[in-house]
Amino acid sequence: MAFSKEDTLQKVVNIISEKLNMPKENVKAEASFQDLGADSLDIVEIIMSFEETFGIEIKDENAEKIKIVQEAVDLIHESRTK
Amino acid sequence: MSHKRRVVITGIGLVTPLGNNTLDTWNNLIEGHSGLSIFDHHTITNYPYKVFGRVTDDQELIDKIIPSNKKRKTDRFIHLAMLAADQAIRDSGFDQNNPKIRDRFGTCIGVGIGGVSSINQASVELEKSGVKRVSPFLIPKAIINQAGAQLSMMWNLQGPMSSIVNACSSSGDAVGFSFRMIRDGYVDQMLTGGSESCIIPLAIGAFGNMRSLSSWNGDPKGACRPFDRDRSGFVMSEGAGLLVLERMDFAKDRGANIYAELVGYGSTSDAYHITAMHPEGRGAVKSIRNALYDAKIDCSRVGYINAHGTSTVMNDLIETLAIKKVFGKNVEKNNPKRSVISSTKSMTGHMLGAAGGTEISFTALALKNQIFPPTINLENPDPQCDLDYIPHNSREFSCNYAISNSFGFGGGNSVLVLKKV
Repeated sequence: MAFSKEDTLQKVVNIISEKLNMPKENVKAEASFQDLGADSLDIVEIIMSFEETFGIEIKDENAEKIKIVQEAVDLIHESRTK
Repeated sequence: MSHKRRVVITGIGLVTPLGNNTLDTWNNLIEGHSGLSIFDHHTITNYPYKVFGRVTDDQELIDKIIPSNKKRKTDRFIHLAMLAADQAIRDSGFDQNNPKIRDRFGTCIGVGIGGVSSINQASVELEKSGVKRVSPFLIPKAIINQAGAQLSMMWNLQGPMSSIVNACSSSGDAVGFSFRMIRDGYVDQMLTGGSESCIIPLAIGAFGNMRSLSSWNGDPKGACRPFDRDRSGFVMSEGAGLLVLERMDFAKDRGANIYAELVGYGSTSDAYHITAMHPEGRGAVKSIRNALYDAKIDCSRVGYINAHGTSTVMNDLIETLAIKKVFGKNVEKNNPKRSVISSTKSMTGHMLGAAGGTEISFTALALKNQIFPPTINLENPDPQCDLDYIPHNSREFSCNYAISNSFGFGGGNSVLVLKKV
């Protein structure tokens, strides 16, 4: 089953907007988690939610590299389409 | 000592089973209403303990004060603390929108159980999905000091912050500690009192199986009946009772509304048993005596005693004994100048860690208004509970000094002395 990158982005945006309690339109692909107001615990929780939603595992060393929304989308998309 | 400062109460915030604000709670209290009801939950359908005191109609207020992402990361005991603190700060007249740093404004919040409901939910999740799914917010959600932490963040209170965990005397001790902090000159204001919320099956089963809870199966309003011969246990309830304490000279200078002055605090341990009170009430007696000594007054000057009065067989018996030991002839029923007693838990139920802060607030309001709340449901007094407990209806009389008792599992006893201003 193929997943479009657009689908991944939509789901990522949904998760982030829910966890950070902000409108979806504010969660831009180029935004950094820091700019979105996420603290380190928020990021852990968001990544847990990615793992659960997409049925993937994100290794800690990869999780630490995620700084902006697009990076999360790329990493997830890669895992999903493997 | 001459450098000691006088301490007054300038703000009160109450979120209780009698109302989600101070005015509603107080009016219902004085009217002798009960805030208790049946908790309709499938896990306790066949369990003898069904009556609890829940805070209702609070969701809208919580939504207004707490942003939803913060709400998700905080336990209900913290939500109730934030609700009560918002009222107490506004009531004190401090401008809550003023972002100025308050270096000499501290917090000390008493909580008995804390975020057991969040811990319970997380362990269900752990069993289901494994250790990697445990929320990173579980600890800051559940640990007791987060009530004070959230409150100090809300109002930028940068003075000392601490929490007191001492079972059902937690918030009595929190107020006592805060009183001393101001009296001894360490701070100028304190946000203090207590909060609790743990009406969940886990805690119901835990307290129920200790045979601590009321097994009353009539009208739920009759479930908590302190000093009555048919009492069968306490009624667990939830809520928060927070106060703003302040140096008297500061409060007067800014023209603040003053509810009452705090003049004494006594605290002791029974050093006896994990849950039972010492049969002679030795810790209770000493804590009352210590508080009166601290206030430098003779027991004959105390007009009103807000009892711990849980409605358990042993508490009410031993507390009565302790009061008689300290007050002697001053509490005898045939003495026209007797000190009178009431248990407001007959109406609120037992708010555990929030009980002391709530009842000290009631005592201050009673002194201010010179009207004293009743003990409801006292239809057939236990023959061994033979004092004047202000049965059924509140009573108006002139009174300058009052005390508030809090006793807890583990043998902690705390007593505050309040003076009419």
